Amino acid sequence: MVTQKFKILMVLVALLALAIIVPNSGSFVVLLTTRALCFAILAMSLDILLGFTGLASLGQAAYFGVGAYLTAVLATKFGFGLGWDFWLVVLLGMLLGAALAAFFGLFAIRATGVYFLMITLALGQCVWGLAYRWNSVTGGDNGINMNGRPAFGLDLTNEITFFYLVFAFFVASMAIMYVLVRSPFGRSLEGIRERELRMQILGYNTWLHKYIAFIIAGAFGGLAGVLWAHTNGHVSPENVVLTTSVDALLMVVLGGAGTLVGAVIGSAIVFGLREYLSTLVPWWQYALGAVYVLTILYLPTGLMGIPARIRQWRGSGKSEDSTKLTAKALASKPS
Amino acid sequence: MTTTKRHRLAPMLFGSCLALSLAAPASAEELRIGFVAPLTGIFAQVGKDMQDGFQLYLDQHGGKLGGADVKFIVEDEQGKPDTAVTKAKKLVLNDKVHMFIGGLLASSGYALAPVSSAEKTLYISSVAAADDLTQRDLKKYPYFIRTSWTSSQPHHALGQWACDQGYKKIVSVAADYAFGYEVAGGFQKAFEDCGGQIIQKIWPPLGTKDFGPYLPTIKADADAIFSLMVGPMSLQFPKQLRGAGIKKPIIGGGTSYDEFALPFMGDEVIGDVSGLHYSAALPTPKNEAFVKAYRTKYGKVPSYYSENNYTTAQWIDEAMKKAGGKWPGPEAFIKIMSEIKLDSVRGPIAMDDMRNPVQNIYIKKVEKKKMFGYEKDELWNTVIKTYPNVGQFWTYGKDKFLAQPLYSRDFPPCKFCN
Repeated sequence: MVTQKFKILMVLVALLALAIIVPNSGSFVVLLTTRALCFAILAMSLDILLGFTGLASLGQAAYFGVGAYLTAVLATKFGFGLGWDFWLVVLLGMLLGAALAAFFGLFAIRATGVYFLMITLALGQCVWGLAYRWNSVTGGDNGINMNGRPAFGLDLTNEITFFYLVFAFFVASMAIMYVLVRSPFGRSLEGIRERELRMQILGYNTWLHKYIAFIIAGAFGGLAGVLWAHTNGHVSPENVVLTTSVDALLMVVLGGAGTLVGAVIGSAIVFGLREYLSTLVPWWQYALGAVYVLTILYLPTGLMGIPARIRQWRGSGKSEDSTKLTAKALASKPS
Repeated sequence: MTTTKRHRLAPMLFGSCLALSLAAPASAEELRIGFVAPLTGIFAQVGKDMQDGFQLYLDQHGGKLGGADVKFIVEDEQGKPDTAVTKAKKLVLNDKVHMFIGGLLASSGYALAPVSSAEKTLYISSVAAADDLTQRDLKKYPYFIRTSWTSSQPHHALGQWACDQGYKKIVSVAADYAFGYEVAGGFQKAFEDCGGQIIQKIWPPLGTKDFGPYLPTIKADADAIFSLMVGPMSLQFPKQLRGAGIKKPIIGGGTSYDEFALPFMGDEVIGDVSGLHYSAALPTPKNEAFVKAYRTKYGKVPSYYSENNYTTAQWIDEAMKKAGGKWPGPEAFIKIMSEIKLDSVRGPIAMDDMRNPVQNIYIKKVEKKKMFGYEKDELWNTVIKTYPNVGQFWTYGKDKFLAQPLYSRDFPPCKFCN
C-alpha cells in the first residue's frame, strides 16, 4: 500500500517540479498557472467543507468576491495595500472572508444536504447582488480596475515573480489545510461527514465543528480573492456570480473530494481546458463536458480515485481492495 | 475510460504547448490582429456578428489591410471579463499580436483596457461602449482607441429629438446595469436640458423576461416611454407593453431595436423610434452594398455589431495604408488613426481628441417595407432624422461634460419623480 509519507513526498516533488518547470515555459503558461493556483486555493477551501465535512456549499465565491473587492476598493479608493501594507490586506481579506462566513454560517449550518446547498446559494447571490448594485463602491457591472500591483522590494509586475508569490501562498495554504484536516479537529469533521448522529452521541458539538470549518473555508476563500484581484487586475461581479461557485465545486468533484490535492488537479484541468484548450479548438466545451460526465460516471471518487482503480484492475488482494474502494467511494459522497 | 481520455488529452496539450512556443514572429509585412469576442455562452450570437463583420472586410480585401498580410486570430472571451483578460494576454504573449480588438460588454472593455497599458499593445474597442474609457479614465490607457461609440453618445441626440417632438413627460424603463445607466442618463440629461421631464425611472434587472410587475406602475400622465432593453428583453418589452394595452409611443435606446433583435420582432413594434450611430436601412450606396454582401454571406441583416467591426477593419486598412504597409508601433498608429477622416458604411467618421469617434447619429423609426430589392416585407429601421457629427460630449463641451460625474442610477437625479 502507498503510505502517507510516500504521498506527501509525491506532492512535494510535484510542487517542486511546478516551481521549476512553469517559469521556464512560455509567459502564457505562467499567467495561466498563476490563475489556476488562485482558484486552487479556493477549491481547496471548498474541499474542507465538501470533502471533509460533507457540506456541499454553492456560495464559496462570496468569500472569494469579498476578498477581491476589498483589495480592489482599498487599492483604488484609498491607495492602501500597494506597498508593505499588502500583507495587511492579505490578513484583512482573510478576516473579512472569515467574518462573512461566521455571519452566513449562523444561517447555513443549521441546514443539511440540499437545504444547505440552497441556503449557501442564496447567501452567495446576496453578495453578488451587492457587488452588482452598490455602484458607488463596486462600480456595478463595470467592476473595478486595479492600477498596478503592490511593490515591496519584489518587482511584482514581473509575471514570474508574481507567480512565485502566489505559489508561496498556495503552498502555505495547502500545508495549513493539510495540517488542519489531519488534526483531531479534522478527524472529527470526517466523523461528522460519516455519521453526524454518532458524533453527537459521542459528545461532540457538531454544530460548532461545522461552524468553525465553515469559517476557516471562508478565510481561505478570502485569501484566494485577494490574490485573484492582483492576478487579474480587474474585479467584477463575475467573480462573485454563481458560476464561479459552481466552478469551484466542479473542480473539487472532478479532482476528488476529501483529498485537497484533488481540488488542485481539478483546478488545473478546468483552467487547462477552459482557458488553454479554448485558444486552440472551438470544441473545448465538449471536451470539458466529456471530462465531467466521464468522471461522474466512471470515477465517483474523482481523478484522485484513479490509483485505487488501477490497483483494483490489477486484481491484487481482490476482495479486500474492492470493499475498501466501495467504502471510499461512499465516503467521498457528500451525505 | 476516463484514464484513456486523460492520456489522450495530455500529449495533445503538451504538443500544442510546443507548437505555440515555436510560433515565432514572422516577416515584417505580417500584421497580427487578435480578436476577442464571446463565441460561447449567452452572447455567442453577438460575438459571431462581431467576428463576421471584421471577417467580411478582410475577405473583400484578399486578407490584406493596407498592403500587409493579416493574421487574424480570434479568441473566445466567453462573455466574462476575466476570461477576456486571459485571452488578450494570450494574444499578446503567445501570438505577439500588434493589436487586439473587441470585447463586447462594458465590463470586458474595462477589463481589457488595462491589459493594453500593461502590455504596451494597442487595444481597439470595436463595440464596448463604457463611457469612461474615453472620458474620465482615458489618461490611464495610452494604448487605447475606440472605433464604436460611448453609451450616452446617441442618446443625447435622442433626448433632444424627443424634446423637439413636443414630448413633455417621459417614463424611463432601462435595464439595471452600468450600460443602462449611461444610456438612460444621456437621454435624460439632453431631454431635461431642453425642457422635458423624466417623471419616473424604472430599472428592471438585466435579463427580465416578464415585465408584468413593472407595466402597471408606469405613470398614466406620461407622453411617451423611453426603453433601454438588451438581448431577449428587447423582444419581450414592446410585446408585453402593447399586450397590456398601453399605447404610448416608445422611444428606444440603441440596443432596444437594433437589427440584432429586429427580425425576430412582431408587427407591434412598427412605429417605434430609436437612436443609434448605425441603421441597416441607411439609404446610401455604401450601406446597400454592405448589407447585400453581408446578407449573401451570412444569411442575415447586419447589426451594428457587424458594422462597427467592419468599419474597424476599414479604419485599420486606411491607417496601414498611410503608414506605408509597415506597422508603425502603437503610439504612431493611434496618431495616424486619429487623423483619418473615414468615409464608412455608417457615414463620415472622425476621431475626437479623446479617441472616440465623432459620427452621425440616426433617429430611426421601425417600418415594414421592402428594401434594397429584397422581395419580402420586412422590419427596417428607417432613418427619419440625422444628427451629423455628434461627439461624445454632445453640445456641452468637453470640460463642462467631464466635470459632471459619470451617468449612474442616481445621476442625473430624478427631479420630477415623486
